[in-house]
Amino acid sequence: MTQVVAADRPPAVTSRPRRGRSLRARKRWTVLLFLSPWIIGFVVFILYPMVSSLYFSFTKYDLLGQPQWVGLANYQAMFTRDSMFWISVRNTFWVVLIMVPIDVVFGMGVAWILTRPRRGSSVYRTIYYLPAMVPTVAAALGFLFVLSPDGPVNSILAHLGVPANKVPLWFADPTWAKPSLLLLSMWAIGNTMIIFLAAMLDVPTHLYEAAEIEGAGGWAKFRHITLPTISPVIFFSLVIGVIYGFQYFTEAYVVSTSSAAGEQGASSALGNPENSLMFYGTWLYQQGFSYFHMGYASAMAWVLFLVIMVCTFVLVRTSGRWVHYGGAIR
Amino acid sequence: MTFTAAKVDMAAIRVMPRRPVPAQIRRRRLLYDVANHSLAIVVAIVFIFPLAIVFFTAFMTHQQLGTGHLLPHPWYFGNFSKVIHDIPFMRYLANTIIYAVLATVGVVLSSIPVAYAFSRLQWRGRDATFLLVLATMMLPAQVTSVSLYIVFTRLHWIGTLLPLIVPTFFGDAFTIFLLRQFFLTIPQELSEAARVDGASEWQILTRVVVPLAKPAVAAVALFQFLYAWNDFYNPLLYTGNSANNMTLAVGLTQFTTLARGNAYEIQMAASLMFIVPVIIIFFLAQKVFVEGVTLTGVKG
Repeated sequence: MTQVVAADRPPAVTSRPRRGRSLRARKRWTVLLFLSPWIIGFVVFILYPMVSSLYFSFTKYDLLGQPQWVGLANYQAMFTRDSMFWISVRNTFWVVLIMVPIDVVFGMGVAWILTRPRRGSSVYRTIYYLPAMVPTVAAALGFLFVLSPDGPVNSILAHLGVPANKVPLWFADPTWAKPSLLLLSMWAIGNTMIIFLAAMLDVPTHLYEAAEIEGAGGWAKFRHITLPTISPVIFFSLVIGVIYGFQYFTEAYVVSTSSAAGEQGASSALGNPENSLMFYGTWLYQQGFSYFHMGYASAMAWVLFLVIMVCTFVLVRTSGRWVHYGGAIR
Repeated sequence: MTFTAAKVDMAAIRVMPRRPVPAQIRRRRLLYDVANHSLAIVVAIVFIFPLAIVFFTAFMTHQQLGTGHLLPHPWYFGNFSKVIHDIPFMRYLANTIIYAVLATVGVVLSSIPVAYAFSRLQWRGRDATFLLVLATMMLPAQVTSVSLYIVFTRLHWIGTLLPLIVPTFFGDAFTIFLLRQFFLTIPQELSEAARVDGASEWQILTRVVVPLAKPAVAAVALFQFLYAWNDFYNPLLYTGNSANNMTLAVGLTQFTTLARGNAYEIQMAASLMFIVPVIIIFFLAQKVFVEGVTLTGVKG
């Protein structure tokens, strides 16, 4: 970071003779003025809400009365008395440990497929990317229909001769609900795919040619040339995936509340079927915005924040061992 | 394999005379081409399949839905007018457009000067402050949304579009980051020349930097518009149960929960009407888009 600054700083500024206080004061004001939208936004919409939610996390607060100080009670209840909390934690770890890595590998695989054809790959690229453009809500509703018990996929499976009692019920079945969400996230892999594709096209071709001459096969080339060169992208997608994975919400909310369409209100349907889709984000939402347990929800939010920070830190710390930044191979 | 070995081998290739490709190798290449394209086509079909189903189902009658056919026949166009009559679709659409347009204007206007200060002005603590901006991108929304919900409740903003729009006028970390990356690529000499001519920083920003940064501004505007169009969490929280102020993303989920049963064809028609504008924008602005995505990759 410091290097960049040193490089782009014009020598004229540093060597310019001082022209007195007023000019420097004016410069300072200019900087402040230009920064002012962000400064105000940071204080009002980030810093203040963070500090006050930290305070709320030590209180019992239902939005109507005054917050009552309860010390660590919210945190204690979370870890000892709230069984749904642990269900949501388990489901969220499924997202972070299974869904995110599979998505990253899949995005890498699809990008690799795109690098293969010598012609027409821009058409394929557009098609593969298209699902990423579809609004998440629309995508989830679409998948709810496509994977509905009597929906198109199951009727195709029936045509292929899968017996009626062996056909998966997808979102309606607690054991299939999460894998169905995995399919949804794999389908919308476009953004991950695009950065992998850009990284793969960046690999110098002479490296491959040299490897071929030395008799390296397809796998060896991928393992020893492609993989090290794109490792920064793998790292980037994993970090982003983990940060968002812990906050997984929209797809789960839409699927749970819509598949249980009926008389129950949206909030009581969260987690359907049978809490298999109760994630940390959805449980926090239900605590905060249907039960109005503002203190408890704040405590959950802070635990989430700390866990995300620790995981990101661990990822960054261990990345030195397997992420190769430029120079090493180029 | 070492770096030097690669270089030597490269030199060896270059001096070799070009020869016509033998038939055997040509045949192998053809086989590879067929295999590569077959794989790519199969994957393309898998990716397009759910979208095609949504599209075709939107043109089916309810009776056709149960028959197990994937294509509508005959094509039925009544679902769309049902969507418009049965739910306040136009209202949701108007709200979505208001949110998306104003949020885009807000984010672009407020982030440009901030990005300028982080890229083209020199001041102490600039890099530390910029790291802080980047760090805010990591912050989960849940940490701030509980408190903000309480604030917006006190202000009587819950159930209006204000909680969605007002914060966008105070800069957005991701937009600031992207614009800064682009501003850094504009030669400092241009600013210096303008300074010598007596231009103020504001004039340099509006007359030199922004005109040169049009592609980047277009990209961040597009990203923000799509973000607001797709946004579910914020409208769900802050527009509450007020149907008057729901956006399409929230409205469409309400519509399914309202005991609609299995009227999938209506649902798919509504989803299609929600998707189509985004797809049109995507095809019209593909170039802007690709430029924006590559901008994300510029090292910071």
